[in-house]
Amino acid sequence: MSGNLENALKVGPEQARYASILEKGMYLGLVLLLLTFLVYALGVIKPYIPIGEISRYWGLNVHDYLQQANIEDGWGWLRMLRYGDFLNFIGITVLAGVSIICYLAIVPLLFKNNDKIYVVLALLEVVALSLAASGILTVGH
Amino acid sequence: MNADKRYWTFGVVCLFLIFSFVYPAYAEGVAHTSAEVANGHAWWFWPLLLLVVTFAMGIFAVLGGVGGGVLFVPIISGFFPFHLDFVRGTGLLVALSGALAAGPGLLKLNLASLRLAIPVALIASTFAIIGAMIGLALPTNIVQICLGATIIGICFLMVLAKKSEHPDVPKADRLSSVLRIYGVYQEISTRQVVDWKIHRTPLGLCLFIVIGIMAGMFGLGAGWANVPVLNLVMGAPLKISVATSKFLLSITDTSAAWIYINKGCVIPMMVVPSLVGIMLGSFVGVRLLVITKPTVIRWLVIAMLAFSGIRALLKGFGI
Repeated sequence: MSGNLENALKVGPEQARYASILEKGMYLGLVLLLLTFLVYALGVIKPYIPIGEISRYWGLNVHDYLQQANIEDGWGWLRMLRYGDFLNFIGITVLAGVSIICYLAIVPLLFKNNDKIYVVLALLEVVALSLAASGILTVGH
Repeated sequence: MNADKRYWTFGVVCLFLIFSFVYPAYAEGVAHTSAEVANGHAWWFWPLLLLVVTFAMGIFAVLGGVGGGVLFVPIISGFFPFHLDFVRGTGLLVALSGALAAGPGLLKLNLASLRLAIPVALIASTFAIIGAMIGLALPTNIVQICLGATIIGICFLMVLAKKSEHPDVPKADRLSSVLRIYGVYQEISTRQVVDWKIHRTPLGLCLFIVIGIMAGMFGLGAGWANVPVLNLVMGAPLKISVATSKFLLSITDTSAAWIYINKGCVIPMMVVPSLVGIMLGSFVGVRLLVITKPTVIRWLVIAMLAFSGIRALLKGFGI
């Protein structure tokens, strides 16, 4: 195989960095999700909604669920981390947040390669994902 | 990871799940002789059934060549007592986890293209946010009707859409040239080196507006639409299209998932069994792939989807 072809087949540095961070974040998120679920399901830490009462809520729409269970939306779960059920949100947040980290991590490489268009596109994606994650964009039934 | 390690991981996760369900169910039974009932069953019946059904779904998804998300939302919302809000939130997390699990490997193999994914993801994820907001603002019956119609549309797409291994792209368009969206990959089986480029980029990007809205609105994932657009419209080779689509879901579904998470549409007792069920099912599905006939399974998946689509329509109309 010629050197040129070998180079062409090689994964670009920004793609390699993105993949590496995505992989670590995915494993971290999954492990946290499984461990916190174990803590929740085994009752190691008391849940906010008793495990036997959860079926009262899953048939309601989200508005009624939050109201009847007296749960805050948005990042309100951070204040409820002392409960076993809300601990599960740590793993979920890692899984949902890892892409933002990946994008931020490749920006310096794109910048170094003078890839201005992709720097702008990557930063716009960070803005879009951060806006979605912030909880500013709210809707209701 | 070698086969032994995989079997160990599989066994440990199965044990973990069995223990996670059996212990609280037992403890609850001891504490309250009249345990809470949901639709005539003890509370743990539905999460346990969810685990079993998503396990089967994971197998069928792999064998039928579809993503878990597209099966999850119509089937679970049609036949389980969970509200559509929670099913969509969970569906997005299921699709997201599948994409996160596959994404790193596909990027490292150079099958998923980051240069192709970045502009497409920006459009799809932005409109997935809008789709999620529309989906959460509309009355549930309207979303059910639209979901039913979309699922039936997906069935037609699965039946009618052709795939092209190496689409003919005579000349890259101006936009894709400016963005330098092209690449080279090697077919592992034949050692053939394939140069690829794309065309009709503006049209493809416009179609991702619609795909993003639908992904966010219904929590479906969007592989069923990503692949035809990347492959047939934009002319990316099938392998690049499938891999980039899978990776793309990790970004599109992230944006929509955040809207559902922040709205409160996440119940861990639904999310974790679904996620683990689909992942274990996919693991078994990959093993079964060598001994089953994918065509038969694909028709079975289409039939299951059509049935769930009709069920969603009927539910939406209150029938």
